[in-house]
Order: sequence, then structure tokens, then C-alpha cells
Amino acid sequence: MTVAQAHGSRRVPAEPGLWVVVFGDLGVFGIFFAAYLLARGQSPELFAAAQHELDANLGITYTLLLLTSSLLVARALAGIRVGDTHRAPRLVLAAAACGAAFAVLKGFEYSAKASEGLTPHTNDFFLYYFVLTGLHLVHLLVGLGLLGYLWVLARRPARLDETHLAYAEGSASFWHMVDALWIVIFPLLYLVQ
Amino acid sequence: MSHRVLAVWLVLVLASLLSWQLGHRDGTAASLAVLGVACVKVRLIGQHFMELKGAHASLRLLLDGYVLLLAATLAGFYLAA
Repeated sequence: MTVAQAHGSRRVPAEPGLWVVVFGDLGVFGIFFAAYLLARGQSPELFAAAQHELDANLGITYTLLLLTSSLLVARALAGIRVGDTHRAPRLVLAAAACGAAFAVLKGFEYSAKASEGLTPHTNDFFLYYFVLTGLHLVHLLVGLGLLGYLWVLARRPARLDETHLAYAEGSASFWHMVDALWIVIFPLLYLVQ
Repeated sequence: MSHRVLAVWLVLVLASLLSWQLGHRDGTAASLAVLGVACVKVRLIGQHFMELKGAHASLRLLLDGYVLLLAATLAGFYLAA
């Protein structure tokens, strides 16, 4: 039985403030998604042509990296709850490695685009591409920092008290938000014709 | 819990691969399907990874409300554009 089940349907995972951040971020990105589609509607030919410059194979690679990292974080959190100080920290590290691979790949993608002369100034499509993926990357880097904290918590020999368990849940949920945002950014930028 | 989370991960991976293949096709229906699948995936991540499925009703409502609003916004702006 998980802690969530033990507390029934009245439970708030992490702490209330974390959910303000998560849904606030999701909301702001939602506005960006709408703005992107609006700009796309104003110059559909330009957006369709520019989208061909993106590599959808790279897009799916990012997606699989983040989905897998989310699974690893979920399993790590389950381990932290039962005090598994052996496996849980390793799962967090594996998740962070997936996240770091995402950031490194993104760096290569940016520099490849820059070397082709594709910058935020190129056109509206690339403005949105750099702003959306750049903001997402900033969230991912913050998430990596939180995974570092999760790793510290996972290594603690003593069972976590409620406050620190809430911090662990909050760090994990922030990481899942980074995953969820990419789940929308990928089809929007790389796929939707 | 681990089996359910693993099953959700598998569904998310398969849905992503399907979208990736579908995405190579032109057309409004394919694009709307890809966006719809993305919204369902966001809900699955919220329910099972963020553990909001068993959470307080206010959080479940927030998640479902967000996903509905996201779906309406994406479909609306895609079609209106």
C-alpha cells in the first residue's frame, strides 16, 4: 500500500505550494502553446518549411529519455518511502543521467542550428522554437538540481519524517512536470503539420 | 505500485512512438490526433507519476481541468489558425 492509498482521497502529495508552482508553470506554458499556434496560423507556409529543419528523430529521443527518467524517479520515490537506501539513490542517479543526456543533446541541437544560421532572429518559428525549448531546458536544469536533493534524501539512513518526505515528493513531481511539458512541446514543434 | 507505474510508462512510450509515426503524415486529423494523445499523456503523468489519482479532490479537479483546458486551447487555436 502506498502512502497515498493509506491516506485515502484526502491526501495532498508534497506540499500545497508545490502544486501552485507546477500548475502555474503548466498554465504559462499553455499560453505559450496558444501563442505559437496563433503565430503559425498567420504564416503557415513559413512554419511548415521551418519545421522541416527540425529532426523528429531527435524529438522522440528526448521524449523517451524523459519518460524513462520519470519512471526511474517514480520507482526511486517508492524506494525512499520504504527506506531502501541501496536502490533508491541509484534510481535517482539513473534518472538524472537521462535528464543530463537530454540537456547535452539539446546543446548539440542548438549549436547545430546556430551553425546553420538558424537563430531566434531567423523567423517567428525559430523564435518560438528557442523560447519554448529554452524555457523548458531551464526547468529541466532546475529539475536536475532537485534530483540532486532527492539523491541526498534517498541516501539518508534514517526513515524520512513527513516534512522531508513531502520535499522528496515535491522534487519528484517537479521532474514529472518537466516530462509533461515536453510531452506537449514535442508534437507541437516537431510533429504537428 | 511498481507494476502499474511500469504499465503507464509502457503506454506513454507506445503512444509517443505512434505520435512520432503519425506525425510524419500531413492532415488536420493526424495533427489533432497527435495533440489529443499528448493531452491524454499529460493526464496519465499527472495521475500516476505525480500520484494525483489518489490525491485530494481539489488536485484531481485541477489536473482534469487543466488537461481539458489544454485540449480545448490546442484544438481551438489549431483549427482557428
